[in-house]
Amino acid sequence: MSGDVALRADAVTRRFGHFTAVSDVSMEVGHGEVVGLLGANGAGKTTLMRMLLGLLPVSDGAVTMLGGPPNRERRRRVGYVPQNLGLYRDLTLAENLDFVAETYGTAVPSLPDDLLPYAKVLVGSMPLGAQRQAAFVAALSHGPELVLLDEPTSGVDALARARLWDTIRAQSDEGVGVLVTTHYMQEAQQCDRLLLMSHGELVAQGSEADVVGDTRALSVRTDDWSATFAALNAAGVPVILDGRAVRVADTDPAQVRSILDGAGIEGTVEAVPATIEERMLVLARA
Amino acid sequence: MTFGVEDVSVTFGDTTALRDVTIEVPAGTVVAVVGGDGAGKTTLLRTLVREASPDAGRVSAPAKAELGFLPASSGSWAALTVAQNLDFAAGAYGLTGAARDERRSELLAAADLTAAKDRLASQLSGGMRRKLGFLMAIVHRPGLVVLDEPSTGVDPVSRVDLWRLIAQEAASGAAVIMSTTYLDEAERAGHLVVLDGGEVLVQGSYDEVRATFSGTVTSASTPVREAWSWRRGHDRHEYWPDDDASADREVVAPDLEDIVIALSLVRRLAGVSA
Repeated sequence: MSGDVALRADAVTRRFGHFTAVSDVSMEVGHGEVVGLLGANGAGKTTLMRMLLGLLPVSDGAVTMLGGPPNRERRRRVGYVPQNLGLYRDLTLAENLDFVAETYGTAVPSLPDDLLPYAKVLVGSMPLGAQRQAAFVAALSHGPELVLLDEPTSGVDALARARLWDTIRAQSDEGVGVLVTTHYMQEAQQCDRLLLMSHGELVAQGSEADVVGDTRALSVRTDDWSATFAALNAAGVPVILDGRAVRVADTDPAQVRSILDGAGIEGTVEAVPATIEERMLVLARA
Repeated sequence: MTFGVEDVSVTFGDTTALRDVTIEVPAGTVVAVVGGDGAGKTTLLRTLVREASPDAGRVSAPAKAELGFLPASSGSWAALTVAQNLDFAAGAYGLTGAARDERRSELLAAADLTAAKDRLASQLSGGMRRKLGFLMAIVHRPGLVVLDEPSTGVDPVSRVDLWRLIAQEAASGAAVIMSTTYLDEAERAGHLVVLDGGEVLVQGSYDEVRATFSGTVTSASTPVREAWSWRRGHDRHEYWPDDDASADREVVAPDLEDIVIALSLVRRLAGVSA
């Protein structure tokens, strides 16, 4: 391993004309650490990711990848699984892996047992869970020291997702730094540390509790969730259906009670810890 | 009015896509169908809107004019503007003139798409495009709303917004059924259905699902029985269907993720001694 961390951004900014897509972001991914990058559309995740990989020049600041500025030589030591998986759907699994081995000049990776039946199957005809597993095999075959994953487990069932996380953890246990961008809260909870971006800035980092910060939510329970939901929605507060109750993010309990009173609805209003999604919702509305 | 399917099985050639599935979709409720790729979610929804015919069982759904369906693929026309897409869908249900204009304004405002009404659908973000598809599915105020993965690939803030629109339909009295790969969305539905390999693994409200789940889930860095364990962060959770967990294990309160994985393991490992 090279350098003290696998990946670091120091006060990185990217401007497009008068628009600042990423503003003064500093972050790092340690060796053996799994870091989750969260943010709504337009928060700047993709622009940051492209700068971290050296695919887009920074306007200000510096990126250090595996001990130096990102370049072709260092990118060879990075594994990347894009959201669309980066496999050729019209080639068989074996042909895809031959291609990857040729590209990196490494030995053709051996298939895990559960992928063996698919060796001669076109990737486009494989079940999605198997395709995702295959994309991991391909991206990890050259022994990367840093791995970037874009929504690595979307679309697969809970058990398949847990199995894919075994593969990710096997990498971090070997000292590989892993950066995961995700929209998926269950995926975020698998990470060691989270980064939250909004409007181009890094607004929070740390554990789930750190990222939620002091955002509060209210749980509203009444006999009639639909009337409650309709009244709160009409009043324009950020209301979310929650089973047969509703939640309201970042709103004064007195305001919620007065909306309920106005609609002639009785019920309880209880302060509860907010979720990461609710924090993101509050940031987006700010 | 309650819609749904009863003892439905659907086969495609040698493949059984659904086996003996019974699901009720009452008016005023959001039913969330959760499962991975190949679980049978799309087949179930297509059966309900009569785009797939069951080999056995009964389907209870209203006539076409009372059905709203958002397919998993886009649901809107890329070369039309937002307003043109909505008007086209409205026209297909015979909604024209002032009534159509009023409905269009109302829907665009509710979805926060008024400012985007003259943009081509191809130029919308993923979240906005799914919202448009949803509006097109409900433009004629259907009694049964069927949504195939409305939120897949949509960012969390747009998902909350979509979820608000969907809940509003149920609050106004529609029966709503939607598929999702997000367990947290299923947790928030009034009724959730977990599909696995074409069969119902479990269904009910989240509280009911938790209450009926039996067995013990433990957490430790190293499991006793690898095959019955799964990863949660640095630790592994492990399922003991017969409540016979080793005494040294820390017992955890299972969340929906744990329950779904535990029941999936039972289905796959049935007959294998624990």
